[in-house]
Amino acid sequence: MTAAADGGGTALSVRVVLPAHLKNLAKVHGEVVVPVASPVLTQRAVLDAIEEQFPVLLGTIRDRRTGKRRAFIRFYACEQDLSNEPPDAPLPEKVAAAVGAGSEPFLVVGAMAGG
Amino acid sequence: MTQVRVLAGTRKGAFVLTSDGKREKWSVSGPHFGGWEIYHMKGSPADPNRLYASQNTGWFGQLLQRSDDGGMTWQPVGNDFSYVGDPGTHMYYDGTPRPWEFKRIWHLEPSHTDPDTVYAGAEDAALFKSTDAGATWSELTGLRLQDSAPGWGPGAGGLCLHTIILQGTRMFVAISAAGTFRSDDEGVTWRPVNRGLHSEGIPDEDAEVGHCVHHVEAHPTRPDTLFMQKHWDVMRSDDGGLSWTEVSGNLPTDFGFPIGVHAHEAETVYVVPITSDSLHYPPDGKLQVWRSRSGGNEWEPLTRGLPQQDCYVNVYRDAMAVDTLEDCGVYFGTTGGQVYASADSGDNWAPIVRDLPAVLSVEVQVVP
Repeated sequence: MTAAADGGGTALSVRVVLPAHLKNLAKVHGEVVVPVASPVLTQRAVLDAIEEQFPVLLGTIRDRRTGKRRAFIRFYACEQDLSNEPPDAPLPEKVAAAVGAGSEPFLVVGAMAGG
Repeated sequence: MTQVRVLAGTRKGAFVLTSDGKREKWSVSGPHFGGWEIYHMKGSPADPNRLYASQNTGWFGQLLQRSDDGGMTWQPVGNDFSYVGDPGTHMYYDGTPRPWEFKRIWHLEPSHTDPDTVYAGAEDAALFKSTDAGATWSELTGLRLQDSAPGWGPGAGGLCLHTIILQGTRMFVAISAAGTFRSDDEGVTWRPVNRGLHSEGIPDEDAEVGHCVHHVEAHPTRPDTLFMQKHWDVMRSDDGGLSWTEVSGNLPTDFGFPIGVHAHEAETVYVVPITSDSLHYPPDGKLQVWRSRSGGNEWEPLTRGLPQQDCYVNVYRDAMAVDTLEDCGVYFGTTGGQVYASADSGDNWAPIVRDLPAVLSVEVQVVP
């Protein structure tokens, strides 16, 4: 884990996998890497960084007004479902270590729900 | 050379259908925004190459797209549709109050004079306006703060503002299942205009709100005359909505969704009769547009070129349009994915396309 996570002030480079429709909107292919400046790696810090880098995604992952995750969006990392974790809670230690080090991506997933 | 451009919003993307003035041979472009619901697309009367599209899914919410080249390329614009202040509550299906919550944009109505000005009708019912080509949106709060609003309840499709008519400083909107509303000051203040509507299920026969209006149209040269397809009943008003009379006449059923008015004949009206509110398909499996040349009451079926057996599609409220060519073209789309066109005011019909996703909306432009 680098800088920001231990309070050093340097942003972490977090790998993010977006669902296909959001990749199209953001005009990206494959994974994206976003800088997360928060000293503690949280769900909100990652989502803030995604929206900072890709403003077109504002409102598509979480409600613009309330900040709540949209109903059919899920967040996974390190084979764990983080969707219902409090957005400001630090990510579980092993997840934070792997995502912060860039060895695992943070996945934004469109839930399987109808067609 | 004149180009006719049909804008079809579907359950899984947007399609742009183009032809020349003869409207015989068509080319199909799309899907744009494949996989997304396109509730409505409409072009600016002031600049036909300026198009707006409402893009939505249950997964990723609402986006607005704009094209500046007639639909060849698109760019996402603003999607922040925030109700002003504490939005309060409306009535839910079960009669309990429910907080106003934005869900989607049903209808886009570009200004007649300024391509950068466009209005958007939302679910839960509210009216938004952009004056910067969709980059930012502001709610016209006078509608949602109208006295009757806390008693508005959703129709089966939601509490949706689906019709916007612009007449200079005067505007009309229609909301399911609240009714029709009129503003005489460019949308600042509003009043319900539903006298004469009668709806089963409303105990008070004279109730001014609570009516499930499906669509309203007005002819540009006769702004006081409005035609309405209500849940049941086809209605007209000749005093700017202050009073309504039923003109269902000899229709086989007066349930339906869209209503259209001929571009050059202000008393020629089109509807698509649907069997009932529980059977959303044409009577007897025969898809028919019915036309009145007398402003209602006397209707004739238009069947040439339309399937007259085994047809069980629906036609949604925003899925009919007319063009402005001399022999007025009429267009409609179905839940079966067909877009039909008539180049002779409805006498003869042919499909432009047969196998699109379910069609949610149809608009047409004549591009010089």
